[in-house]
Amino acid sequence: MKPTFDFEKPISILMEELEKVKLAQEKTKVDFSATIREIEAKIDQTQHNVYNNLTGWQKVQMSRHPERPQTLDYIEMMCEDFIELHGDRTVKDDKAIVGGFATIEGKPVMIIGHQKGKNTKERQYRNFGMANPEGYRKALRLMKLAEKFKVPVICLIDTMGAYPGLEAEERGQGEAIARNLLEMSVLKVPVLCFIVGEGASGGALGIGIGDKVYMFEYSWYSVISPESCSSILWRSWDHKEKAADALKLTAEDMLKNKLIDGIVKEPLGGAQNAPDQMAATLKAQILTDLDELGKKKIEKLITERIDKFSSMGVVNEH
Amino acid sequence: MSWFKRKSEGITTKTEEKKETPDGLWNKCPSCKKVLHNSEQVENKYVCHHCGYHIRIGSKQYFEVLFDNNEFTELFSNLTSGDPLHFVDSKKYTDRIIETMAKTGLKDAIRAGVGKIEGQDLVIACMDFEFIGGSMGSVVGEKIARSIDYSLKNKIPFLMISKSGGARMMEAAFSLMQMAKTSAKLALLAEAKIPYVSLLTDPTTGGVTASYAMLGDINISEPGAMIGFAGPRVIKETIKKDLPKGFQSAEFVKEHGFLDFIVDRREMKAKIASFLRIVSNN
Ligand SMILES: [Zn+2]
Repeated sequence: MKPTFDFEKPISILMEELEKVKLAQEKTKVDFSATIREIEAKIDQTQHNVYNNLTGWQKVQMSRHPERPQTLDYIEMMCEDFIELHGDRTVKDDKAIVGGFATIEGKPVMIIGHQKGKNTKERQYRNFGMANPEGYRKALRLMKLAEKFKVPVICLIDTMGAYPGLEAEERGQGEAIARNLLEMSVLKVPVLCFIVGEGASGGALGIGIGDKVYMFEYSWYSVISPESCSSILWRSWDHKEKAADALKLTAEDMLKNKLIDGIVKEPLGGAQNAPDQMAATLKAQILTDLDELGKKKIEKLITERIDKFSSMGVVNEH
Repeated sequence: MSWFKRKSEGITTKTEEKKETPDGLWNKCPSCKKVLHNSEQVENKYVCHHCGYHIRIGSKQYFEVLFDNNEFTELFSNLTSGDPLHFVDSKKYTDRIIETMAKTGLKDAIRAGVGKIEGQDLVIACMDFEFIGGSMGSVVGEKIARSIDYSLKNKIPFLMISKSGGARMMEAAFSLMQMAKTSAKLALLAEAKIPYVSLLTDPTTGGVTASYAMLGDINISEPGAMIGFAGPRVIKETIKKDLPKGFQSAEFVKEHGFLDFIVDRREMKAKIASFLRIVSNN
């Protein structure tokens, strides 16, 4: 096994060793089962050691794993039906944000999320998950549609940021995101948000105002990427590890700072290691929350939603 | 994506351009370089009377330009920045705050006040670029939120004067969430049908543009102000092309449909007051 990241090397070394022993056993017909069990135990222990002690930067790397499941994968794995809806009705259909009506265990939902694409061609088609204003406006159109038919909204967030392009500015990237923040805070249906990968600044927040906001275990969420932070503060990308620590962008830190409502645990080694298991966990979380939120009066839900975001921030008064 | 720009050079005037003469302070117009006397500037609402250039000013001057007789009650003036992340870059965030306070005489990048404009009540929150590039941290978000609460409670229109390099990186995600907080409060103001005027001044960028600055019942600006979401350098690096002349100017933003009008600072008070009279006439 070739490790994706440097910090996974100890695991891949053990895995190679295991393969060798297994091969030797097959060829020589000598019983190495004790050794095999020993190595397997070591692998297990090393995996726990590695994945439970990841630094901020290592979690950022995990969040960008090329095989990490994306919105359409989760929809495929969680939903019985999915009717994808396209377009903002004004300019075009943004491919970086997808969405539509779906059912989960028979319950109707509106699912909206970033789609980065998996190979070079797809990534270009999806603009690497960096939406233009049309993407945010499509998302809002879908949310208003969900509100009209009293269907809860689920947002899956995974973006390096809103696209910083010329046309994006012309068509009001700032206004599009701002409008979503305002409208989502008073949307008259339950809203659940999950940072499933990268949560970079306004591009993430633009579909990130929810009654419950969760981060996946190996995701990150902040106002800026560690690379950009490093280049602004230290004039080079070399300090991205330091920047990742300083930004306190991990799920653990975000929860500790009361900026999110919870953490969704990932399979050992990350979502890409067991996508089905990841989708099942996500689905269970969604069902639990929809059940709980569905019991509340919508006015109360909106008041609590606004109060939650209004309480974020640390100031001194004297 | 970098919203936060290092504070570029001088805010209103560089020290070397500010001179003491027997008849008072004077400095040079940053655009046409002609001499402007301090008393003339106050008289002329800090607009160069030679070329019409709108000099970058702060909350003190905007309050003076807008409030009747410069009379107002300052609101929430006791709020100062915390340091929830214990952020350190070239210096400790707490030291940076204290030094900036000493240098500018401001407590953070925003001040709020309530007073009258042509006899009508108005709450104004105004950003100060001098304070860490007008960056939006918890104090900025909280003061805007409380100003909106004040407007709601007393049924007084709200004017937000934005001037910002964007998010305050030293408060990271706390800074990001100020966008959510202020936008949520504005939703309540809109539901109560209380007028909200957003004045975007030079420069208004990043997370400020992507939240309260773009959410006015009317969005207005001053001639030549720079307004955008992403910084021009980032856009240039992304699209690998030069940007057209006038890109992200107030005139450009108005042409693309995101500003209602651009107003000369000397006419601003009358125009805002007139708007408020019309929408409050019921
Ligand atoms: Zn001039």
